[in-house]
Amino acid sequence: MNDFDPRIVVYCCKYCSYTAADTAGCLRLQYPPNIHIIQVPCTGRVDILHILRPIEEGADGVFVAACLDGDCHFLTGNVQARKRVEYVKRTLEEIGMEPERVGIYNISAGQGHRFAEIAHEITTKIKELGPSPIHGRDK
Amino acid sequence: MKSESKLEKILNAGHFAVTGECGPPRGADPEAIRKKAKYLKGMVDMVNVTDNQTAVVRMSSWAGCLILIQEGLEPNYQMVCRDRNRLAMQSDILGAYSLGIKNILCLSGDHQRFGDHPGAKNVYDIDSMNLINMVKTMRDEGRFLSGAEITVPPKMFIGAAANPFGDPFEFRVHRLAKKVAAGADFIQTQCIYNMDKFKKWMAQARDMGLTEKVYILAGVTPMKSLGMARYMKNMVPGMDVPDEIIKRLRGVDKKRQADEGIRICVEQIQELREIDGVAGIHLMAIEWEQRVPEIVESAGLLPRPEV
Amino acid sequence: MIVAERKPISEILDMIKDYHRIMLVGCKGCVTVCNAGGEKEVGILAATLKIARKKEGKELEVAERTLERQCDPEYIEQISDIVDDFEAIISMACSVGPQFLSERYPDALVFPGLNTKFMGGALAHGVWAERCQGCGTCIVHLFGGYCPITRCSKSLLNGPCGGSSNGRCEIDKDIDCVWHLIVEKLTRQGKLSNILSVQPPKDWTTSRDGGPRKVVREDLA
Repeated sequence: MNDFDPRIVVYCCKYCSYTAADTAGCLRLQYPPNIHIIQVPCTGRVDILHILRPIEEGADGVFVAACLDGDCHFLTGNVQARKRVEYVKRTLEEIGMEPERVGIYNISAGQGHRFAEIAHEITTKIKELGPSPIHGRDK
Repeated sequence: MKSESKLEKILNAGHFAVTGECGPPRGADPEAIRKKAKYLKGMVDMVNVTDNQTAVVRMSSWAGCLILIQEGLEPNYQMVCRDRNRLAMQSDILGAYSLGIKNILCLSGDHQRFGDHPGAKNVYDIDSMNLINMVKTMRDEGRFLSGAEITVPPKMFIGAAANPFGDPFEFRVHRLAKKVAAGADFIQTQCIYNMDKFKKWMAQARDMGLTEKVYILAGVTPMKSLGMARYMKNMVPGMDVPDEIIKRLRGVDKKRQADEGIRICVEQIQELREIDGVAGIHLMAIEWEQRVPEIVESAGLLPRPEV
Repeated sequence: MIVAERKPISEILDMIKDYHRIMLVGCKGCVTVCNAGGEKEVGILAATLKIARKKEGKELEVAERTLERQCDPEYIEQISDIVDDFEAIISMACSVGPQFLSERYPDALVFPGLNTKFMGGALAHGVWAERCQGCGTCIVHLFGGYCPITRCSKSLLNGPCGGSSNGRCEIDKDIDCVWHLIVEKLTRQGKLSNILSVQPPKDWTTSRDGGPRKVVREDLA
């Protein structure tokens, strides 16, 4: 399992977590390179399909990093995102996949340390779960 | 006389009526009914036989009625709208009357959700109001609901239920008026525990002149235990059990709760008897028929009149 | 609108277990509005089915088509050139869809992807409630704009039954007693007389009880 190098997609909101990732970089904090960040204008833009498609293509985990509760620039984008993540979790459970492969975190722009911490946490979790059962990708 | 019912004769003669209830067994054993009949004979003027009560399958009401007739009792055929359409209802009414059943109680019926067949299709082709009117049309006009003529009309005494404790309270008396207009001859009410509310409802009924048009039999059910009282209070839709009843039962030793329940019931009967417009009581001793003689005697309702 | 809900994934997977090339056919009508079978839901189901198959190490080819409506033959026609390329079709319309598809394409194996629930409307985003049973003779004006056939658990025309408690139905405290609403509304409008006389038995011939129904507009037909 040690040579398992997971591929994890993280949708980052430009108002919070994307800036937090930047902050982490400025602070020269180390976090695993397994995290592939995709910037979104708001996590409310992250659709069920945006979470399902990477899984279909073989990603080992898909996460959403949204603003703190009550801090969404568009008021409720983070709340919508949470509901969609829950929907996908239920879907994965229904087809016998680990729902822990998807998840959502709330974080603010200033929390560079917290971002690095979450990146470690996610990577560890996915490493524990092992590779996605979906094949047909370049490993 | 509208019918050949013994209850009608008793009420017509001005006697305070006492009716009872008998739940048929969940099996084909007629002895279960005969056993209950023995406790009720001579104690009540008529016995209701429930129709798949609480939407749980039991021996059919008409069959239970026939067994009661064999035992020398006057049955009241309960019929709910949940399980039959208008064809089945009318043919059952003809059949029941042809075999000597002279009273009918027209009910909507409990929803099957809480019964033993929650997956059943409910019929509700017509509602209780329409059922009352259908039996009246069959009896008084000799016509089916379709308008077609009936060769020998069923001369049944028509009963209906009323729940003074259902919501919205102010509309309840209007619904009673509708049942009277539809053709109900007598009313058997839901079990009464909240005496103040019942008296208020009766006052409304008197003001509307309904007590002149229909015989109201006040429903009573003795509490067997504190547990039963709590269940009735919290779990049975449309039941109003005041805290005083709960308190009174809680106040006595568990072994004496049944006796206290009987005592409360007898007091309720005496209080109901004093209410203007109450023509009798409907005593529903649920699976407790053996205590009926004691209740009726303590309430001073014996002997029952011969008509 | 007709409100529907997607079937459980396990049921759909079982329907198509023997097939490798399938087509999902969505509908842009009612089921798009109630988020059950529009273009987006077709995409979600396609991705989910593919993930489930890949997980078992098998491939599934899924084509996605969403028609304007599945209750009109001219739109059903739009897949005539490709329908033979697939082993199975899942219709994500109300139950009219799979039936119209089956009638038009008698050789195709058509499966329903949705469970059709009722005719109703949205109470809030993501929440739909039943309002009509299609009895064929609307009488809601007599009852303050409420339909007792649809919304009373016993379809009583002369309610409320004895189980009405605090405005709630006896079968579930989350269900309004529609008769309570009717009495309140008519009292407020001074029209309680509407329900003081006995409403006669309903003639169900215009409902489904009168046999399968058809509507014909002579000037159009």
